[in-house]
Amino acid sequence: MKRSRSGLLIFIVILFGLALWVVWPNHEIRGRTGFALGLDLRGGSQLVYSANLSMKDPAQTDAQALEGVKQTIERRVNKYGVTEPIVQTMQNEQGGFILVQLPGVKDIDEALMLIGQVAELDFREQVLNATGNTTWVIAKAVGSNGTEKELTGKYLKPNATPVLNPNTNKIEIAFEWDAEGAVLFKQITTRNLNKPLGIFLDNELISAPTVQAVIEAKGVIEGDFSLDEANTLAIQLNSGALDVPLTIVERRDVGATLGADSLQKSLLAGIIGSALIILFMIIYYRVSGLVACLALVVYAVLTLALFRLIPVVLTLPGIAGFIVSVGMGVDGNVLVCERLKEELRRGSTLERGVEQSFRQSWSAIWDANVTVFIACAVLYWLGNTFGNFTVVGFAATLFIGVALSMFTQVVVTRSFMRTVVNSGLAKSPRAYGVSER
Amino acid sequence: MIDFVGKRRWFFLISAILIIIGIISLAVFGLKWGVDFSSGTAMTLQFEKEVELGQLRQQLADLGYDTATIQPAGEKEFFIRVQEISSDQYAQLKEGLELGLASNITDSSVFTVSPIIAAATVRNTAIAIVIASIGILLYISWAFRKMPKPFRWGTCAILALFHDLIIVIAIFSILGWAAGMEVDALFVTGVLAVAGVSVNNIVVVFDRIRENSKRGVSSDLEVVANCGIMESVGRSLNTGLATLFVIVALYLLGGVTIRNLILALLVGITTGIYSSLCIAGQLLVVWDKGEWGKLFSWLPSAKRPS
Repeated sequence: MKRSRSGLLIFIVILFGLALWVVWPNHEIRGRTGFALGLDLRGGSQLVYSANLSMKDPAQTDAQALEGVKQTIERRVNKYGVTEPIVQTMQNEQGGFILVQLPGVKDIDEALMLIGQVAELDFREQVLNATGNTTWVIAKAVGSNGTEKELTGKYLKPNATPVLNPNTNKIEIAFEWDAEGAVLFKQITTRNLNKPLGIFLDNELISAPTVQAVIEAKGVIEGDFSLDEANTLAIQLNSGALDVPLTIVERRDVGATLGADSLQKSLLAGIIGSALIILFMIIYYRVSGLVACLALVVYAVLTLALFRLIPVVLTLPGIAGFIVSVGMGVDGNVLVCERLKEELRRGSTLERGVEQSFRQSWSAIWDANVTVFIACAVLYWLGNTFGNFTVVGFAATLFIGVALSMFTQVVVTRSFMRTVVNSGLAKSPRAYGVSER
Repeated sequence: MIDFVGKRRWFFLISAILIIIGIISLAVFGLKWGVDFSSGTAMTLQFEKEVELGQLRQQLADLGYDTATIQPAGEKEFFIRVQEISSDQYAQLKEGLELGLASNITDSSVFTVSPIIAAATVRNTAIAIVIASIGILLYISWAFRKMPKPFRWGTCAILALFHDLIIVIAIFSILGWAAGMEVDALFVTGVLAVAGVSVNNIVVVFDRIRENSKRGVSSDLEVVANCGIMESVGRSLNTGLATLFVIVALYLLGGVTIRNLILALLVGITTGIYSSLCIAGQLLVVWDKGEWGKLFSWLPSAKRPS
């Protein structure tokens, strides 16, 4: 019995050491050196787009169309070079939405353009209509399988790049067709030799160069591009067009220093608050208060270590969840300390009092925490379903925090208390906050 | 020994007054919805030099934003809210302020939202609270299954929980018209947090009542409940106090961004202590004694039936 207890103590010390190592900054865990911070704490932009699902391909379900848009946006954002972007889809009865988080992006307007544009490229030829005017009609040709196909951006190889034309000193976008595209393009350029061929992006004419020769595999798009615009367009062409048009409905930019400021202020406040708790616990509950505080330190370090290992993305609501869980952790300890005082007042021996206080407060701790778990589970599930990620962050940290606080209650605080009692260092009930009568 | 249960009608009266005032305020004024729930553009601007509020207001009015809401958010920081504006308009606004106030803007956060998202958030939170409440109700009824009529314990816990939530929301409604307090997405998180803390408190007190009942303290639930509540007072006050240390520190020192959330917690934890000691167990007793019908005839001036 005695031996297994000291074994448990050693286990706790090792666990604490490992957790401290995980939390300690300056080394890399899961690809980063610090905590994973949400946009509200590190700065960056969050964009929410509403997808016009009425324009989707009828063969697709809403979810498939959204997923397609999401993948296209992911490709675009990755090529743009944002670190750790998040692209998520959400659906409710108001339609489909795409949430994009871009940490640390400075020029948000450019990013806005990059993500939201459909970027449907097509080539059109001029035809005479009944009234004698010329109109642009999407160029069609017979594909390799014998059916007629429209020449659009989907036959492009994903390697379009901006190039500088040395003759005109203008920036152009060089592109290459895949095998099918080449078959179509050859027929179209043959038929339109010495005629203009219109290049349209999202139904807007970009340029209408005259076809000088029959071309198969390669081409350039001329236009009045700045280098940035050409880069953006090249990324869009390489990522493919969006399946449905998007409109922006929410936009949140957090400045990097303002984000860091919130984090720093909250941390400082948390530290001062914790110091007050420790002071209060020690003054009021003496030895058991001190033990509870040690256990709370172990608890806080374990929780933070788990946040880093999973990793949990810390946001302001997430920190709120953590604070509430610390409050519940303190509560568990207060319950035990109060019980111990009661037991000692009733004349229990110290050893018996400690065992009794843990045993009797357990039902309250268990039931109270299970109800919190139920609430967390509902919030987590609903938050994910409805795409309310504020709520998800809160529920996740609260759940982890409360689960760990129960663990520290049962294992750490009890083990520490037994050690203190067995050591015989503090024997008088007064040391546990009981005033002798 | 303080007679917590015996004074129940006083507690119910206080709560009823608070809730009625709250409901009136909610019905008349509602909540002052922030950008998250209405639409518009909110920004936090950090200036290089010190800027006076009056100057800023004047400058914004000169730029055509005479209805802007302005709140100081720190030494050189301001929180400004205007109607929904585009990126270009925002850039012009920033430039106009930098010129007019002769101070560069060193950092800024902007938040623009269309109404389409906002409505869903509030409704989803309400759904979440209702579903969570049903779950909690079922669990408490199960956890107290060895008690007579366990379903009552769950119901009373949920009633006390709603009591706390209504008071928190009502106080924000009152602060809304009295002090211009806006309700934002973090407030919603705050309400959820209050629900968690509140249920936790109630269950701890119920657990104590259950224990006394098992021990056979008395056959009268009123005595049993009062013992349980009395024994929980120390714990409730100490835990509440300890948690409030952190909350008050966060309120005073934490950034203006989380102030709504923290204020909700501050109010919620305070009412949570009150309702767990003065409402939840008392509801059980009222139910046990079949006093529901007499509830409204219970004026404090009326003599307590002995």
